[in-house]
Amino acid sequence: MDTNSYLIKNGKVIDPANNIDQNLDILIENGKITQLAENLSSNDEISVVDANGLVVCPGLVDLCHHLREPGKKHKGTIASETHAAVSAGVTSICCPPDTSPIIDNKAVIKLIRVAEQDKSYAHIHLMGALTKGLEGKELSQMNTLKNSGCVGVTNILEPITDTLVMRRAMEYALTQGITVHLYPQDYWLSRDGCAHDGAVSARLGLAGIPESSETIALLRDLELVELTGVKAHFSHISSAKGIEIIRQAKRRGLDITADVTINHLHLTEMDIGYFQSNCHCIPPFRTQRDKDALIAGIMDDTIDVIVSDHQPHDADAKLAPFPETEPGLSSIETYLPLAIKLTEITSMPMSKVLSKLTCEPAAVLGIKRGNLSINSPADICIVDLNSPCSVDKQQLISVGKNTPYHCWEMSSKVKYTFVDGVCVFQD
Amino acid sequence: MLNQNIQLNKEGHLKHFLSIEGLKRSHLLEILDTAEPFSNVSEQAVKNVPILRGKTIINLFFENSTRTRTTFELAAKRLSADVLNINISTSATSKGESLMDMLHNFESMHCDMFVVRHNQSGAAHFIAEHVSPHVSVVNAGDGCHEHPSQAMLDMFTIRRHKKDFADLKVAIVGDILHSRVARSQIHALTTLGVSEVRVVAPETLIPSDISSFGVHVFHNMREALDGVDVIIMLRLQKERMQGALLPSEGEYYYQYGLTQKKLACAKKDAIVMHPGPINRGVEIASEVADGPQSVILEQVSNGIAIRMAVMAMVLGRSSKFSKAG
Repeated sequence: MDTNSYLIKNGKVIDPANNIDQNLDILIENGKITQLAENLSSNDEISVVDANGLVVCPGLVDLCHHLREPGKKHKGTIASETHAAVSAGVTSICCPPDTSPIIDNKAVIKLIRVAEQDKSYAHIHLMGALTKGLEGKELSQMNTLKNSGCVGVTNILEPITDTLVMRRAMEYALTQGITVHLYPQDYWLSRDGCAHDGAVSARLGLAGIPESSETIALLRDLELVELTGVKAHFSHISSAKGIEIIRQAKRRGLDITADVTINHLHLTEMDIGYFQSNCHCIPPFRTQRDKDALIAGIMDDTIDVIVSDHQPHDADAKLAPFPETEPGLSSIETYLPLAIKLTEITSMPMSKVLSKLTCEPAAVLGIKRGNLSINSPADICIVDLNSPCSVDKQQLISVGKNTPYHCWEMSSKVKYTFVDGVCVFQD
Repeated sequence: MLNQNIQLNKEGHLKHFLSIEGLKRSHLLEILDTAEPFSNVSEQAVKNVPILRGKTIINLFFENSTRTRTTFELAAKRLSADVLNINISTSATSKGESLMDMLHNFESMHCDMFVVRHNQSGAAHFIAEHVSPHVSVVNAGDGCHEHPSQAMLDMFTIRRHKKDFADLKVAIVGDILHSRVARSQIHALTTLGVSEVRVVAPETLIPSDISSFGVHVFHNMREALDGVDVIIMLRLQKERMQGALLPSEGEYYYQYGLTQKKLACAKKDAIVMHPGPINRGVEIASEVADGPQSVILEQVSNGIAIRMAVMAMVLGRSSKFSKAG
């Protein structure tokens, strides 16, 4: 199926951006959505996709998906990881600047743009470094980064301990009209840690990262956001207290957005068990109480976006004693199934969950995707909600087999994915 | 399935010896009972028994150790096994070889058991997960996690002096935060059913959520020692001290050092233990360490019997001795 025109028939269309949740047909022509109505008719020029019994939603927009190319191709290539993404209904990914070399100048952006040509299955959006080399000392060339197409700037988890540097970075980002993505974590309270500071870290003798590591950084950065007026997005909130701080800030009228990772909605410190290195994650998985608070934060829209935080690793990266393993999970292929699982284990409506994976992240990035509006690019995911299967790490398309969800039962499976009207994945 | 206790085989017997956590009271009692006859072996004219003849044991020490390594070596030799000592800090890792590669190399030398000490928590579990099925792993201390053979020799020593665990009050004093010995001891004591375990230290040396271990936290030494039967002093691990944990050794000794005066708060027949090496004048006064209530040197000799028992058990040979004896 690689003709230009498709008619997606009889699907249950859920498009949170346009408040659509009903059975409709979708016509795709020349890469765009041209009609959305009941009982559209087809002709010989149009390929028909029977979506009877399936859900049709906008292609997912993953706000945090660590690319390993350039620099760490043994952990995943642009081709392998974007292929994994579209197999899971993700049509746009946003890559933080921790590639090697770091995305803090125009040349690296060009390098990635050349590398992705003819290889990428999905749209790749890039995030630039907030400080040069992510060192937290000097400002990056944010004007150049923005003009080269960066959709945001961030220092990810690399610390900016000097508060004045953080203030200046925010002021400069404001000047350039670029969003700052902040990963709140106090350097001193977290630097040696590899697990939540609690019962499990005490039991296993692992250095802990307390929730105050998150809240202290969050409060500092919120004050600076308020002072400077920069557009800010807070990433990977992991604690109940962190959620409450974001909630209060939004109530005060601060124009901020925030995300949690899909993994923090399903895992807790207990999942580390006896040193399961696939549960080594920063920020760490915390307690059941924190996990419940993150879900409540999604329910009341304190949290705008759910990200995959996909971090594929080679096998060796996880083959060491727990504190010496590299943190992060290969999570792109379980991203949508775990999000759908939320509607099964909580009372969360499907349209709300999907909004956190589609139009909300698109809004944070300022891109015109993640919706099914007429004349929008035809980035579409078609998913079967009644397709039980269990996760098999060896079957992952991603090079990274580092998933803690091996043998987990999922209820849904992606059947088709379209990017700009091209069918890039079919089950 | 990912979080199963890999220490035990299908029959519920010890396959590896990695942590006290996850073992039942019956396992601990079996180790203690198996060690009893072994403690006589050292006093015989011919100090060995042929239980592990033909077996090869490799002591893999990624961290310096004198006491633990020597007693493991002696224990293996008294069981007639062949023993190889390898100090990795000066060997392969400095050449950039990964832990996995090193293990596979030693495995191809057809060894039957690794005794492992490593500076990272979880190292023994990691090795046990990745060795061939016929190889057993004994944890000789992993990071801040556990040091199970030390805890068992301490239980052995306590049982020799106190008979019944149920009535005992035990105080563990010192750097609980970084102590693998303390974690193993707490699990062993609570599993054996002592009436109270107290941990005593400034808050900087107490892990978060320590109460989930089922212990009482004390900051005041005299209150903590009031009426206890056993006092376990921990070494102040200077090499682990980073940042602002304590202002000075002097102030620590003033508050938490075990002196004759503080010892008087405990029961008259209380015993004083220490895993060694002791820092005289830092955590314990010489007069106490060498005094009549101290059982510190007894602990060392009991260490050989306990390690013999553990090695025989994980290789499935423990019954041979009791039958022969």
